[in-house]
Parts: sequence; structure tokens; C-alpha cells
Amino acid sequence: MNFETTIGLEVHVEMKTNSKAFSPAPVQYGAAPNTNTNVVDWGYPGVLPTLNKGALEFGMRAALALNCEITKDTHFDRKNYFYPDNPKAYQITQAQEPIGHDGWVEIEVDGKKKKVGIAEMHVEEDAGKNTHSPDGYSYVDLNRQGTPLIEIVSKPDISSAEEAYAYLVRLRQIIQFTGVSDVKMEEGSMRADVNISVRPIGSDKFGTKTEMKNLNSFEHVRKGVQYEAKRQERLLLSGGVIQQETRRFDEASGQTILMRVKEGSSDYRYFPEPDIPPLHISDEWIQEVKASIPEMPDKRRKKYVEKWNIPEYDAGVLTQTKEMSDFFEETVAQGAQAKLAANWLMGEVNAYLNTNKLELLDTKLTPEHLATMIKLIEDGTISSKIAKKVFKETISNGSEPRNWVEEKGLVQLSDAKVLEPIITAVLNDNQKSIEDYQNGKGRAIGFLVGQIMKQTHGKANPKVVNKLLIKNLKER
Amino acid sequence: MDYFKYDLAGLHELLVKKELSVSELVKETIVNIKKRDNDVAAFLTLNEEEALRQAEELDRKGFDKDNPLFGIPLGIKDNIVTKNLRTTAASKILENFDPIYNATVMDKLQAAAAITIGKTNMDEFAMGGSTENSAFKVTKNAWDQTKVPGGSSGGSAAAVASGEVIAALGTDTGGSIRQPASFNGIVGVKPTYGRVSRYGIIAFASSLDQVGPLTRSVKDNALVLNAISGLDPHDSTSSKQAVPDFTAKLDGNIKNMRIAVPKEFIGKGVATEVKEAIKKAITTFEKLGAVVDEVSLPHSKYGIPVYYIIASSEASSNLQRFDGIRYGHRAQDVKNLEDVYVKSRSEGFGDEVKRRIMLGTFSLSAGTYDAFFKKAAQVRTLICRDFEHVFADYDLILGPTTPTPAFGIGEDVKDPITMYLNDILTVPVNLAGLPGMSLPAGSSNGLPIGLQLIANRFDEETMYRAGYAFEQATDFHKEVPTFGGQN
Amino acid sequence: MAINANEVEHVAKLAKLAFSKDELQKFTGQLGEIIEMVQQLSDVDTENVPVTTHISNSQGVMREDKAVPGTSRDLLMENVPQHQDGYIKVPAIIDESEEA
Ligand SMILES: [Mg+2]
Ligand SMILES: [Zn+2]
Repeated sequence: MNFETTIGLEVHVEMKTNSKAFSPAPVQYGAAPNTNTNVVDWGYPGVLPTLNKGALEFGMRAALALNCEITKDTHFDRKNYFYPDNPKAYQITQAQEPIGHDGWVEIEVDGKKKKVGIAEMHVEEDAGKNTHSPDGYSYVDLNRQGTPLIEIVSKPDISSAEEAYAYLVRLRQIIQFTGVSDVKMEEGSMRADVNISVRPIGSDKFGTKTEMKNLNSFEHVRKGVQYEAKRQERLLLSGGVIQQETRRFDEASGQTILMRVKEGSSDYRYFPEPDIPPLHISDEWIQEVKASIPEMPDKRRKKYVEKWNIPEYDAGVLTQTKEMSDFFEETVAQGAQAKLAANWLMGEVNAYLNTNKLELLDTKLTPEHLATMIKLIEDGTISSKIAKKVFKETISNGSEPRNWVEEKGLVQLSDAKVLEPIITAVLNDNQKSIEDYQNGKGRAIGFLVGQIMKQTHGKANPKVVNKLLIKNLKER
Repeated sequence: MDYFKYDLAGLHELLVKKELSVSELVKETIVNIKKRDNDVAAFLTLNEEEALRQAEELDRKGFDKDNPLFGIPLGIKDNIVTKNLRTTAASKILENFDPIYNATVMDKLQAAAAITIGKTNMDEFAMGGSTENSAFKVTKNAWDQTKVPGGSSGGSAAAVASGEVIAALGTDTGGSIRQPASFNGIVGVKPTYGRVSRYGIIAFASSLDQVGPLTRSVKDNALVLNAISGLDPHDSTSSKQAVPDFTAKLDGNIKNMRIAVPKEFIGKGVATEVKEAIKKAITTFEKLGAVVDEVSLPHSKYGIPVYYIIASSEASSNLQRFDGIRYGHRAQDVKNLEDVYVKSRSEGFGDEVKRRIMLGTFSLSAGTYDAFFKKAAQVRTLICRDFEHVFADYDLILGPTTPTPAFGIGEDVKDPITMYLNDILTVPVNLAGLPGMSLPAGSSNGLPIGLQLIANRFDEETMYRAGYAFEQATDFHKEVPTFGGQN
Repeated sequence: MAINANEVEHVAKLAKLAFSKDELQKFTGQLGEIIEMVQQLSDVDTENVPVTTHISNSQGVMREDKAVPGTSRDLLMENVPQHQDGYIKVPAIIDESEEA
């Protein structure tokens, strides 16, 4: 019997707003415990939520970027459950009227393109964090409580681990380009719940699904899905029955491990949040938000190839992250030639980031500096050898390239009046090489250039030196 | 201080003329409360030291004669969060709760230089109509200490009616200001939903709760409402609607005012003496030049079930935060988290609160949501439409506040359903978000009977105007209870 | 639609309340009566009637996305029954479910 796999993904992404979804406390990662919270986050008796317009607009942005329809008459709901990281014992979310619905994203696996449907996308608040300690206690930090989230629920259109992986990569890319989130996996700002079921090919009923919760690595999703689909197939083939259960992906063994069997569905007693009046989203507002969305990667790639003559592959690399793409475009806008800017970013810059394990924005390099440096090379002010020095200085210390080059006296020597006396002196000291040259030994040139470079501490413009040297040799 | 002798304006004049200092007023008020509370047990917590400190500060600062509440000691219902002053909602689960922030209404009263003299008793989490559901004490009716003061703002009502304070704040979710005002022969107003901020009110039912004043006169009531009304950025359901001066139209003139009396409000279950009092009130209004007609609110009879489902559903969710983790009672003998939740809550909540949490949890459950919560929310729409139809033709609705005068302590508490039916005339007003007032309109066997006036949304002015005209035309508000031979 | 003790127990579990046998019986009876009272709503025709879940005249109320520093942690900890090193301390969690 042959099986097909059905995968549904629920992805949570933390938004990078200034303040929380329903309180004005700051959204900030990595602060000391319980220092970015207020009485609203703590669910103090008597407090009320206030909706952050920024969070809602970010939600609309993401929904639009994911090709969703916007729900014009919407409201928030309460999802009731007790947990120490959930201070009100309800989460404010959107259950009945999610802000976006019926969207899609396009993925490509093995050269084949496919649209994955998005059932709905809503805005909600994140919970705080519990740390379980072996001392028999849990420790609660409410800093994350109330951080705005978008939750993106796919349609069951995904049918392999590779597609799940491609979907997540694509989702991360799109979300990142909207500017709604940095989507930093290591900070847990993107997490996926994965539902998997298998059924015999041709069957018109979905199989029983199992769930993996809170995965924050795409690789784990890929491996988890691969393992889980196989496990279910084997179980069915051996006459077993799939249970509705929550499983955990175990990194060490590469297996999924049973956490608990679901007894019926949980009863969250959803109902409309009475403390937040309903919202009507006008067409004008939708247009406004649409206009605020930065250009998406597909469009950018097309522009690079068609307008800026960047090879297809390079354009793909440059649009992998919004950081890189924005940096590239800004460098070009600052006057650098697009192809040269692309070469630098994909070459030296990427190498530097990889070696130092840094993000582009963590360095001191600015598009303006990079553009200046490229112009200095182009107009012959510095040699490409010196440029490497300049680059190191600029990216690690933030020095302005032109000033630094002048200050350090690294400007290339191209002036014949300055170079002539040096060349004459070198030739006078190296009679043997002149003879070698005259006897047809080309190697002599290299040696002489070397001597001249030595005398000028590498600053001489090699092209000019070559020209002058040959002229001088011919005259002797 | 004999609060029976003065209204707010009179007290204000004493203070302006320096015949009385704020400190003297506060001291006398405290002495008086300590004495009278032996009979009525209206207060849970007295703010003695801080109130005196504030009084001295106000005396030093000098009198602000443009501020009618300057230096006036007020009673505050104990579900209104007061910074640094114990706030319990009359529940064991908050027995030692010390708030670290102020409700918006408290900030407003502070800005008006009013003084919080203490926190008044109530039904636990405002759930009840007799103040017998307090975890700490049973408040008594000011007129007859064998009777309940009504509830849930029973402490505030008894405190005002017994002359302990000149005004108090209460909250009204299904009648909790108007019903105790009625039982105690005073004026109680539940403003339009959104008129007063709910920020800092320990939530019972979010779509129904409103804060309002309890006073002995209509004008005093309007003055206090002036001070606490208005848009609050902390409460998204508070209204942008401009706040008029509620005392501006108190001129006694209600000529040609169109008043509707719903036949459902004077029908079966309403006591004869109450019906009589209302009939007399109608005659008074007609004499004043108003036009009174009978109308129908056909869906009002469903008010009670709709109210109990919606209020309990919202409450079940609102009260989940009392989990023993961040504040409030945490059970001692616990092995794990589940124990913390279940034991803290089971020990901390009283029976009536548990009953409503259970009903609400049940109403919102997956299998029952449509038949209960959703159905109730739909019938609520029909109740709102009934009122809209009447207000298309009329300025005001008139009826009794409660079907009977105050009942005996211990009489009704055994049977929740009978208890719930006491709210039958008040809950439709909350369901529709309208403003409502109860004011004295007679008595029976020495127990006050209340008249209810209901206005269109954000039209408190008409309600106050009519209430004032009625008050001026009658003497009911001049009657006061007696205590140990003095009053 | 009456309610039996098992159902009441299930609801209690959701609400994190525990009842003794006697209490359970009492609550089952009382809840049953209340539910019966509530049943009269089924007489009302509500076809195509929208729900009223919000009664405020405000719509689309929002706050600008500006951060205000949090409340002092010491102050917040004042009412916490048990805390340590800036964390709220609670007895161990058996069920590891985390939601969002
Ligand atoms: Mg979900
Ligand atoms: Zn979620």
C-alpha cells in the first residue's frame, strides 16, 4: 500500500512593535525577569486591555503579504485556560473573525512550484515564560506576556517534509520582508506547530493526525515530519491505529516521542472579548497599510536581474533576507555600481559575517561607506589590495573610507612626476635586470615592479608603474 | 457630623465659610461611622490615618471653592481598586490584597480633592442582591436592622442612608446600585455603559458593569457623577461622548416630558404596595406636566436568564485570574500546580461566586455555547431593540426599582432563583447599557420603596431632571432612619 | 436539558474548583434549576438576530504603539505569595502544555 502525507502548520511569529499588544509595556528581548511588565500584563484585578494600533496594522501587513483577504468587521476573543505564564487565565486572540483569511504562498521544491493555502491569520498575545526547575518549582517571567503575535494557519496542502521546510523558509522570508518581525529563530520569535497524518493514496478521508508543538528549527520540522510520516505508515501497515496525540521531536535520536494522548479536544470556552470594542477596517485603511508594505523579494529579484543586470543566482542570494536586500539597494542608491556592490556583499561581506558569526546590522558597515569604498576603487584612488584593508577597517571600526585612506596615506600613487624618480633610481640600482629585459627575459619586469612597490610601500598604482617602467626600459 | 442636615452644597458652604475644617469633618465622620456601624456594619476597611493626613493637607492648601467635592469624605465600594488601601471585593481570595494602582474613578476623585474615608461592604465580587454574600460581614438595612440593605452595593447604600457619609460609590452590573438605593430610601444612579471608566473596577461582568454614585439627593448624585465621568484611555469601552454638567437642568420643569411605563414592570410578581407607590408617582409626574403612557417591553421578561448567562459567562472568565499565583490567597497544603489552582480557588471563593463561575463555565463550553451564550447574546439584541422602540417616542421610562421592599436577612439567600428574580426590573437596563436611577417614592411598614427612571443612552440629563422634579414635588427624600433615639 | 453530577464535575474541572460530595449534589441541584430557568430562552425566535456582545458606543479604539516603562518589579512582587530572584515562584507543573 502506498501512502500520502498531509501536513498542516500553525506558525507563530512575534512582531517587533515597541509596546505590547494590549498594554504599553515595552517589547524587548533578553531583559531581566519581570522588568518589562505592568499591572495589565500581570492581570491585576481591575485592569483592562488597550489595543496597540501598531500590532493590528502589522497583522494587516502580514495578512496582505500572504495574499489574505482582510476581515473588515473583526473583534478579539478570549481563549480560556489556566497556566502560570498566562496571568489572566485567558489569552486575547482572534477565533471567530481572524483579521486575514484565504491567503496563499508559493513554494518551490525540486524545481516544481506549488501554492500552499493559508486558511487564516490572526493577531493575538504571547504568554510569559515558565522555567521548570528540578527543585520542584517553576519560575515565571512575564516579560514576554502580551508580546504581539501573528498566527498563520496553513490549509492541509503540504504533503512532504521538503514542502513543509520550503513553506517555512518562504514564510519567514515574506514575514521578514514585511518588516513586521526580525524572525529570529534563536530568540524563539518564530515557532511552528505541526500536524501530520497519512492516508492510503486514493482515500477520501484524512487519517488521524498527531501534533508536534513549538518547534523553533526548520530542520527539526523537516526531520520530525520525515520520521513521523514513516512511523505512521509503518504502524498502519502493521495493523496498528494512529492515536490523536502530541509528540515531541527528539534531536538526539531524530525520532518523535509521545508526550500525551489527547482526550477529546480541549475546551477553551472562546467568547468575544468584551473589554475591546469591535473593529471596522475600511478600504482606505487597507490601502494605506498595503502602501506601507516594503517591496517583496520576488519583485526585488526581478528588478535586480532586469534593471541592474545582476545574475539570477546572485539576485536570489541578495534577496534571502531583507537586511541584505535593503543594504544592497541602499548601497546602489549611494552611487555604487550594482554589480560591484553585489560582488562585495556576496564575497567579502558575507565571508566576514560567516567568520565572525555576525548579522549584517551588527557590524559597523553602512551602505554609504561601502558605496564610497567601491567608488574609491573605481576611480583608482585605492588599489583592490588596499581596498581589503579599508574594508576591514570600515566594517570593524566604522571608519569613513575616504578619510581613513587619506589619513593613513593609502592613496594610490599614480602621478608620473612622483613615480619617475623612483623608477629611475630602481633601474640605476638594477643594471642586471635591465640587461635581462633587453635579452628578452620578461620576468625582469616583475622583479622591477616589485622593487618599485617596495619603495612606495605598496601604494604605487601598478598599471601606471608598468607603463612608465616599459617606457623607461625602452629608452635605455 | 450630622449628614442628615446637609446636602453637598450645604456642607461645601460650611467649609467655604470656615465654620468647619476638612480635618474636623473627617474626624467627626470617623467617629460617626464607628458608632453607626455597630448597627449597620457598612464598612470593611476604614482609611482613618490616611484620610486625616489628606484632610490636614487640604486644610493647609486652602479651600477650592469651585470644587464641590473638596474635602468631602466618601465611602468607596470594596471592588474599586484603591492604591495602598486594602481592596477585597468582600472575598477571602483577596483578604489581604494591597493594590499598587488606583482605579481611574479614584484618580478623578483625588483630583476633585474628595477623601476616601473607607471601603464599603458588598456581596462577594458584586454577586448578589443582599450583601449577605460578603465573606466578612453582613450589612444591615439602615431602616430596619433585621432587613437586608440590598446589594451588591449594600455597604455603600447603608452608609449613605444611615448618615455615615454623604455620598458613596457603588457598582451596578444588574441593579447593584439601584436595588440597595431603593431598599435604603436613597438615590442611586447607574450611568450609561461607557460613561464612567471601568479601569480599576474588579471586573464582574465586563459588558454590564458601571460605577455610579449613591447619595441622599438627586443633585448630590449629579455632582458626584460629574466628578467621575468621562473618556479614559485605560478603558477602551469608555465613551468619547461629551460629559454635560448633570446639575445644569435641575430646574423642576418637566412640562411635556414624555414618560413611558412598561406594563411588564407593574405586572405579576410586583408587590401591591410597590404598585401603589408607582401609581402615585405617575400621578405626581402628570401633575408636573409630563405625559405618561403605558408601553410594552415584550422581551424584558427574558432579562433574567439572559443576564445570568452573560454575566456569569463573563465572570467565569474574569475571575480566572484569581489563581493564587501573583496575588491573593494561595492555599498552603499543595503538592503541585493543580493543587494551587483548585485549592486556592475553592478555599477563596464563596458559594454564590462558585455557582456563577460554574454556570458561566458551563454556558461557554463547547457543547453549550450556541444554546446558552450565543442565544442569550441574541435575545439581548431583542431586549435592546425593545428599548430603542420606546425611546423613539419617549424621553424616559418609569417603573419600580424592585418588586418588593427590603426582605429579611437570611430569608432569600437559601434559594438562588428567588434571589435572582429580585433583579427582574433592573437587569434589562444593564443589558441595554442604559442609564438608570432609583429614588425614594414611598414606604411600606417603615421600609422604603424605590422608583426607577430609565433614560436613553447618554441622556442622564433627562433622568436627573425628572428625578429632581419628582424629589422637589415630594417629601420622601426627607425621611431618615432613626438610630438609638438620635438621627 | 438537565445537568448531572458528572457534567457538573467536568465543569468544575474546567473552572479549577473542587467540591465535596455534598457540595456537588447541592450544586448539581441548584445549577439544574438555574439551567431550567434559562431554558425559557429557547421559546424566543432568534433566527437572523445578531448577537450583542459589546454594548459600548465606541468602535475601533486603539492606542498608538508607544512603549511606557514597566511597573517597578519590587512593587509588582508585593502581593506575590512566593517569589525568588525576580521570578514568581510556583509549585511544579505536571502538565507541560504551553499555549500561544
Ligand atoms: Mg492555534
Ligand atoms: Zn496562537
